[in-house]
Amino acid sequence: MVQAIYGKKVGSTQIYDERGNVLCVTAIEAEPCKVVQIKNVTSDGYNALKVGFGATKENRLNKPKKGEFAKAKLEPAKYLKEIRLADFNNEYKIGDNIDVSVFNVGDVVKITGISKGRGFAGVIKRYHFHRGPVTHGSHSIRKTGSIGMCSTPKKVMKGKKMPGRMGGERVTIPGTKIIDVLAEQNLILVKGSVPGAKGSVVYIRKA
Amino acid sequence: MNNLEKVESKYYKTDVPDFKPGDKVKVNIRISEENKERIQTFMGIVIKRQGGGLNETFTVRKISFNIGVERTFLINSPIINSIEKVNTGIVRRAKLYYLRDKIGKKSRVKIEE
Repeated sequence: MVQAIYGKKVGSTQIYDERGNVLCVTAIEAEPCKVVQIKNVTSDGYNALKVGFGATKENRLNKPKKGEFAKAKLEPAKYLKEIRLADFNNEYKIGDNIDVSVFNVGDVVKITGISKGRGFAGVIKRYHFHRGPVTHGSHSIRKTGSIGMCSTPKKVMKGKKMPGRMGGERVTIPGTKIIDVLAEQNLILVKGSVPGAKGSVVYIRKA
Repeated sequence: MNNLEKVESKYYKTDVPDFKPGDKVKVNIRISEENKERIQTFMGIVIKRQGGGLNETFTVRKISFNIGVERTFLINSPIINSIEKVNTGIVRRAKLYYLRDKIGKKSRVKIEE
């Protein structure tokens, strides 16, 4: 069985366990993903399941995407993504569903999402630099400070941490626990936070 | 009902009495000690209710051997076995922090007959 699914971040809340401890959890709504195509090493170079998820109108899709769903004889979906497999898996056929029941309570999973965009951010927010003094005539409260030496080496070192675009990149949480699986509502509760804004697509797979 | 409310809905308690700051309440707390479970009671005046939803808390103040003791509980927490309302107080504030500075007879709250 494939232990991976795509879903949407719903939001965070806190719940109680049976001993009365408070747990911070993030809810992820994962509607059943439909298998659209099965890729294998001989024809595609790697093993994967291509899945479609998220309801949409047919006129919102472009021709190549429409073609993929027409070939598989399936309803059109908003997103088309792949689940990579280590070994070729012939358990699944085109049109099969992958739903939240692939996960059990207590499983450790990796979660990937696109982090919130922060725009052009300074070094304090971006790299946790310390700020300068705020009084005694200081003009370097949130400034970068020195970026290198003088005539030797006559250049700024590569990879120097400076202000720039922050966020909006692919982030993976290495391991977090599944607290609850609500199969009827297609919801998964995972411990702690998950990268991205509410409503953004996240990918959950066994760690 | 949105999805987050669906997640939270099963953790809400249904047997919480209607109590306000100024009321005297008895809070029965579950305490587990090595497989054994017993009930401890904390009785005092509610000095505030704070937060909302699943995160709502209340603080109870009592005087124990001349020392003021305050304890804050999550209303929907499973460690609370039950909450009993003893009497209704008459107060003009939502947060009764002024009680912390009063001692003796002045630290009382008027009770509704």
